[in-house]
Amino acid sequence: MRVRMRFVKQGKIRFTSHRDVARMWERAFRRAELPLAYSSGFSPRPKVSFGLALPTGAESDAEYLDIELDPVRLADGFDPLELPARLSPVLPVGIDVTAVALVEAGADSLQHQITSCRWELAVTGVTEDELRNLVSEALAAEALVIPRERKGQTSEDDVRPAILSAAVIEPVDGYPTLACVLATQPRTLRPAELLAALAGGVEEVRVRRTHQWITSRDGAPREPLPVDATNAPSVPTLERVS
Amino acid sequence: MTSLWPRIEPLLAKVQKPARYIGCEDGAQQPVHAPHKVAWLLVYPDAYEIGLPNQGLQILYELLNERDDAVAERSYAPWTDLEALLRSRGVPLFSVDTHRAAGDFDLIAFNLSAELVYTNLLNCIDLAGTPVRAADRGPEHPLIAAGGHCTFNPEPLADFVDLFVIGDGEEVIAEITEVVGDWKRSGRTPGSRQGVLRELSKVPGVYVPSMYEVDYDGARLASITPKYNDVPARVEKRTISDLGAWPYPKSQLVPVTEVVHDRLNVEIFRGCTRGCRFCQAGMITRPVRERPAAQVQQMVSDGLKRTGYDEVALTSLSSADYSGIDQVVGGIINDPSCSGQVSVSLPSLRVDAYTVGIASEIAKVRRTGLTFAPEGGTWRMRQVISKLIREEDLYGAVDSAFSQGWQRVKLYFLTGLPTETDEDTLGIAELARQCVAVGRKHSNRVNVVASVGGFVPKAQTPFQWFGQNTSAELQRKINLVRDATRKERGVSLKWHDPKATMAEGIASRGDRRIGAVIEDVWRHGGTFQEWSEFFDLGLWQDAMARLGLSIDWYVHRHREEDEVLPWDHISAGLHKDFLWGDWQDALAEAGTPDCRWTPCYDCGACTGYGIEHRVASATPPAGGSQGTGQDLSNGGAVPVQLLPRPRAGAASS
Repeated sequence: MRVRMRFVKQGKIRFTSHRDVARMWERAFRRAELPLAYSSGFSPRPKVSFGLALPTGAESDAEYLDIELDPVRLADGFDPLELPARLSPVLPVGIDVTAVALVEAGADSLQHQITSCRWELAVTGVTEDELRNLVSEALAAEALVIPRERKGQTSEDDVRPAILSAAVIEPVDGYPTLACVLATQPRTLRPAELLAALAGGVEEVRVRRTHQWITSRDGAPREPLPVDATNAPSVPTLERVS
Repeated sequence: MTSLWPRIEPLLAKVQKPARYIGCEDGAQQPVHAPHKVAWLLVYPDAYEIGLPNQGLQILYELLNERDDAVAERSYAPWTDLEALLRSRGVPLFSVDTHRAAGDFDLIAFNLSAELVYTNLLNCIDLAGTPVRAADRGPEHPLIAAGGHCTFNPEPLADFVDLFVIGDGEEVIAEITEVVGDWKRSGRTPGSRQGVLRELSKVPGVYVPSMYEVDYDGARLASITPKYNDVPARVEKRTISDLGAWPYPKSQLVPVTEVVHDRLNVEIFRGCTRGCRFCQAGMITRPVRERPAAQVQQMVSDGLKRTGYDEVALTSLSSADYSGIDQVVGGIINDPSCSGQVSVSLPSLRVDAYTVGIASEIAKVRRTGLTFAPEGGTWRMRQVISKLIREEDLYGAVDSAFSQGWQRVKLYFLTGLPTETDEDTLGIAELARQCVAVGRKHSNRVNVVASVGGFVPKAQTPFQWFGQNTSAELQRKINLVRDATRKERGVSLKWHDPKATMAEGIASRGDRRIGAVIEDVWRHGGTFQEWSEFFDLGLWQDAMARLGLSIDWYVHRHREEDEVLPWDHISAGLHKDFLWGDWQDALAEAGTPDCRWTPCYDCGACTGYGIEHRVASATPPAGGSQGTGQDLSNGGAVPVQLLPRPRAGAASS
């Protein structure tokens, strides 16, 4: 049984890394006594896969992971809808499961499915008007070339095509705030890289991922939870469990 | 008295591993401060990932928070990047639990597990906004306390620490809390600091260095004597007699970020009587006090359930010596609630095939490497250090390991040991080579890692009189082993930096004058000295030179029998003549078998305190004791032959 969950990462716990979060989940599954399916082979690993890594220090309303449960060891009458209530109490404060749904066995991995993320970036170093100008200039530019590093290699990349939208919104905690949708395919544009492309001394104060999107067949963005009955058995998305 | 979090939070975006500073561990206490409560800040003066797992700190953290009259929080040394930000923004050292300023606590208590953290202790005191020298503090400043193994020679830190706790902390923290509580209620008036320290010096196991006068006779120490009649001339360590009465930590902290020893840890016994002469831990924690087997099982099963860990370490100084270790291990492995997914690790394995049998059972889940510590390269050397492992024990253990599927065996050795000859040093290479040869019978891919550390003589051990090898000599010995193993396929050699060994030597047997050296190294930026990227021997050499102190005199000189040692007024219960006798036995190449299963040598640890070894099972461990060749299969009924000892009557007392 393959299950996809959405969870939030908020407060102090946001300073943990993607790998830290993976370890928290491993312990949480054991504490909740959930029978995960294991890979076969010399060193069996639980079948858990995470979506796109969230930068350390960023908060998120929309993190996802897929798990596969072992149907043989699953208790009779197991209901995936129990998962948020079973998992949130055994996860650290600030990490809560907010939705769950079954996923088809052969479905693509989260990493492949996600095409863009929506971010809210509270910044310092500029006024709200200055930020608005920087954003308009960036959107008007034909190309925005910045040096980027990946796996120790620096390259000069045009990141303009990866900025799908960007606009100044209501300030967060008094800081000028930018909402943007950044592409994750073919290569992820990170919020810090966007701010580097805006230049002008913009420094991030708070970074929050609000959505991760996949592109449906009709081209519209949609959440990677298969609430749509044609894609998966119908399991209602739960309200946030606090 | 408010949270500094709003000032810390913006800094965390700018530092490496910010999760070091957020707390949020599962098992973290919810400290509630109140005017009538003594507030303790427990600090491990090293990086969070090293300090968080420390069990001693976690035990005291729980015990203090259980009390109505105390509250405790934790802190760790901020990494250099955060330290720079804290200093530039004027933010003090803070607790990770509620992010309170360190200066708001009544006591700042440090755990000292290694000498090279001493400069970090000064740095933390300074970051707390407290004068680093005890003499400069007033009633508005917290009391600075320290505990842990290093306090068995407290003198190098005597100028900076107001009070040391010698020995087990479980009971004494209650008495300290009461004395400090009285001081707090009295309003910590001007001049009252002396009074509270005087009261603390009367608490058994507490050493207040400012209550003692140090006299020198030229370079030599002449005496350390109490300034007042009601201050003890000799501070005896505290010992809890029954580990079963202290099932702590009950809620081991589960960190939200990566740390060392990231697993459930259950202490199965405290103390060790193997008598390895280089080992300070074994000497100062006597006698052996085992936790009842049923309690071990309970702590393991409760702990695994609560934490979600899939690994448990049964910790002690030599875990395979726990009487009934196989039943305990079997109980964990066969516990249906563990469903075969839990691995058990036994740090500090003794060296014999029997032990490997246990190891293979517990490693069903994951089979990584096995580590043994023969410490010396030849039987002669191992008799000198009283690590009585015969070559056949080691080869039997290694054969057993490789035959059961292990591919890698790690061997720990010391070099620079008393009386060590080049033949002994080269014996390290020979043992490693023979272990590979044994392994080749089973697989061509076997790997033996020989790890060589330079020996630092420690206070309160039979080797406390021995002059440490120079770093040049240690390097020469390491090179001998390196050259001898260079062409050996299957042997890999690792070694510790002999320069760091020298600095450790300065701090480990230093007297009160070394305090100025530690301060000088710290003032010149020498923090995190146990980290190779920050360690700088030049800082230590320069400091010694500036203060006119001789490294040769402090580190490399052999001490004499009648010499006053800087820690003579601190007692681990061991008679000085026992230690001297054992040192003479070492020079005579005579080992001392484990006194758990042989008659008492009257070292003083039991007799002096009216306590005894406490074992969970009356049956000695199968396989005998550390390859001493003693047949203990009949429950100790077989007469044990003792090696000759120079002191008449010692063996039969």
